Amino acid sequence: MNRFRTPLLWPLAALVALLVFNALASPGFFDVEWKDGRLYGTVVDICNQGARVPMLLALGMTLVIATGGVDLSVGSLMAVSGAVAAVQVNAGASLGQAVGLALLLCSGLGLVNGVLIAKVRLQPIIATLVMMVAGRGLAMLLTGSQMVPFKHEGLTFLANGAVGGLPVPIPLVLGVALLAGVALRGSAWGLFIEATGDNETASRLAGLPTGGVRLLVYAFSGLCAGMSGLLEASNIAAADPARMGDTRELDAIFAVVAGGTALTGGRFSLAGSLVGALLLQTLTLTLYNQNVPPAVAPVPKALVILVVCLLHSPKLREQWGRWRSPSPA
Amino acid sequence: MNRLFSSRLLPLLATALVLLVLFGAAGAHYEHFFSARVVLNLFKDRAFLGVIAIGMTFVILSGGIDLSVGSVMACSTVLLASLIMERGWPVPLAMAATLVLGAAFGGAQGWIIHRYGIPAFLVTLAGMFLARGTAFILSSRSLEIRHAFYAKNSAWGLPLGEGLTFTLGPMVFVSVLAVAMVVAHGTRFGRNVYAIGGSESSAALMGLPVGGTRIAVYALCGGGAALGGILSTLALGSGDPTRGMGLELDAIAAAVIGGTVLTGGRGWMVGTFLGVLILGTIKTILDFEGSLDPAWLRLASGGLLLGFILMQKVIAIRSRET
Repeated sequence: MNRFRTPLLWPLAALVALLVFNALASPGFFDVEWKDGRLYGTVVDICNQGARVPMLLALGMTLVIATGGVDLSVGSLMAVSGAVAAVQVNAGASLGQAVGLALLLCSGLGLVNGVLIAKVRLQPIIATLVMMVAGRGLAMLLTGSQMVPFKHEGLTFLANGAVGGLPVPIPLVLGVALLAGVALRGSAWGLFIEATGDNETASRLAGLPTGGVRLLVYAFSGLCAGMSGLLEASNIAAADPARMGDTRELDAIFAVVAGGTALTGGRFSLAGSLVGALLLQTLTLTLYNQNVPPAVAPVPKALVILVVCLLHSPKLREQWGRWRSPSPA
Repeated sequence: MNRLFSSRLLPLLATALVLLVLFGAAGAHYEHFFSARVVLNLFKDRAFLGVIAIGMTFVILSGGIDLSVGSVMACSTVLLASLIMERGWPVPLAMAATLVLGAAFGGAQGWIIHRYGIPAFLVTLAGMFLARGTAFILSSRSLEIRHAFYAKNSAWGLPLGEGLTFTLGPMVFVSVLAVAMVVAHGTRFGRNVYAIGGSESSAALMGLPVGGTRIAVYALCGGGAALGGILSTLALGSGDPTRGMGLELDAIAAAVIGGTVLTGGRGWMVGTFLGVLILGTIKTILDFEGSLDPAWLRLASGGLLLGFILMQKVIAIRSRET
């Protein structure tokens, strides 16, 4: 029985259910068209938009949550990244310079989170909450609190171009996920992360580099947020420091939790988080298709995340178990 | 002297000192800063934050956190405005309903947190989105409140001479603070809150009502957020679903700057009061400066928050060593 309980089962089932609903409710949902050397269609859009923000953020957030922490600053770091890139290309920098600087800064800010948590030993919620505010302030400072439009072919290609018929974000996020997965599962670092989340003290006493693990995951989360911010800015050819990435941290947490990574830390599933992010994006699009105004869309999302968390709750499972079979299995 | 420094009062003293230095420096730098009008405006401007921060302090003292307060406040303003303007409810009844709903929302969050052991930040983060979305369902735009009660009471207050009045908002803030100080430091409920924040398992082993207290604490915080919403409709004469974005952080910052330890179990209500005044002073300084980028407000409050958390850390380490 337990063999079937892979973390992917529930999110995949929910995703399929949503897709079936959409196929019935809006005809042409699965139509995919080949035009000008790339694929077009609703499903491609979901993957593209999902890859641009929730999937990328969820990759970083998965590792952070696996260590028993959380990163609330990802939305603000997206804004920082977009602001840096936009200001840089407007000042005549090359694509490499702009992208490099933005990613470097975001990983650096993520590393600051890590230092505050691993070395100064602040609670992750608090350290990243401070970064959430300060990061937003930094993004607004960089741009003078204005929206910064830019005209730069290279930068707009990142989100609007296509590689092998697919929009750039899709192969990009798959590449990052594959790299991270191979690097973590191919080495002991994946286990180190899970051990740190399981019992930090025991892991440290066993000689694991728990400090290094935490620095690494928060820096990686910053890097993912930076990439996501670049793609988001690239998509609209502008950086919006006040609104970009706002409340996206919940999307990332949603994807991770829905994907079967326990909030208490100790285990993670990158593939699960990617499916969770797709589920979120499909849900968003479904709401949009059903004419739910964007400002109202958080309500069903919040309800779904609560239900998912309740399903994960050991106490609720205990109650269910008692209700279904009076004798312990 | 040494005892003073290792004492638990140090954070509170530091907070008072920061407030004095900030206010003194601003007074020396800007003309007219040292005036009753500026102080009164500060109170009037920050009254709703003060009420919300007091509720937040209870939650943090109990070892939790409530990220939903800004959205609950926004939702309350819209609910109140639509009850009065669209449903034609009498104002006191509408206000009471808003307060009860805010408290019920908070209490429900507390119940989920306690009953199912889901982290508080996650439940209240979901609550934040729920309340914000509900506000937009009630009204997608700002609703003006045109009512005789508001016309009469928004300007009502104790006259202080020179055309200055101590208006309703600050009055409610100060009375809520007084009640909160009594409840936190002088009642069984208050001691239960501190005990749960200090160590939940010890509190449970001592037979304290952990579940009931926790639900009550979140209900208080939700009610505080609703009261903050009511005050903001009085001050601004409208309900707006976009109000109070990021307010949860200001409330947390006020509590932490005031010396409430984020892991729970330690802190003072009066510290939160000082914290609210510090945040208000920074905002007033930025208003006086005029040309300064609003981004500095975020950077300053983030930096100040970090500074105070680090100070708490240092004190905790030193007190463990002695």
